[in-house]
Amino acid sequence: MLTAFDKALLNIIQTNLPLDSRPFAVLAERLGTDEQRVLDRLRVLKENGYIRRIGPFFDSVQLGYVGTLVAVEVTTDCIAEVAAVINAYPGVTHNYEREGRFNLWFTLLSPDLEAQREVLNAVGSLPGVVNILSLPATKKFKVSVQFTLE
Amino acid sequence: MLDELDKKIISAMQDEFPLVLEPYREIADKIGISEQELLDRLERYKKSGQIRKMGAVLRHREVGYSANALCAWLVPESRSEEVGRLMASKSEITHCYTRLEQPGWRYNFYTMIHGHNRQECQDFAAKLAQEAGLADYIMLFSTKEWKKTSMKYFREIE
Repeated sequence: MLTAFDKALLNIIQTNLPLDSRPFAVLAERLGTDEQRVLDRLRVLKENGYIRRIGPFFDSVQLGYVGTLVAVEVTTDCIAEVAAVINAYPGVTHNYEREGRFNLWFTLLSPDLEAQREVLNAVGSLPGVVNILSLPATKKFKVSVQFTLE
Repeated sequence: MLDELDKKIISAMQDEFPLVLEPYREIADKIGISEQELLDRLERYKKSGQIRKMGAVLRHREVGYSANALCAWLVPESRSEEVGRLMASKSEITHCYTRLEQPGWRYNFYTMIHGHNRQECQDFAAKLAQEAGLADYIMLFSTKEWKKTSMKYFREIE
């Protein structure tokens, strides 16, 4: 169970990890507690799986990567094999089975369009793949994975 | 332009963030630069937008948001700016993009919707459809997570 302190800490640290020699001391001051308590709770929250990752989150486009969302229609008997091949690419960060005709959806980041095409061609020719659509973003309105804990 | 040291730093920052009193010093030591140089460069990436946030990402299932749906909409191109602004303002929506149209799939606008359960996501989408005046959308609920990870940038240079 999350305590009121945990929730306050998680709400702050989701968007504000200070760029400071002693970042947890800065957070502790904002939360009215001491540095060691912040560190101890963060370790517990990380170990218990509440926190997936701490650190900088980079904008892939700003770093020169090209991204796309890929929808794949796969026959159900082949889905595990196809998913495993897709997962093996380091540029695949999310891969979800979803309801509907296109039943596998993954995100792909590549250093350039040629590398992206190679992956799309390889996945498109796997046994069981009926159809594959590449849906690159044309405009980004929001990326903000943030949850307010009350 | 990113130089070799930038790439080395960005790559190193993808590793587990050390939960110690002076985490940046520990990372800087590993890279072989001073703590101040690391902090200066990170500050610069933040200002330039290469870092979109310094913070933490939670496992949404663990914190109570156990349902998520990729919701694909058909939005007339002339309305995409206005609809984008409206959808971006909603806290239930974490990602919002227009995407290339493809033959055989008519949707061109995508939102990730998070809720405590499936019904909550459906109710939210229905309300949003009404508010935005959009009739054509499809909710693609996930049935299995095959992979979810963070990108490891510039790993090829190591």
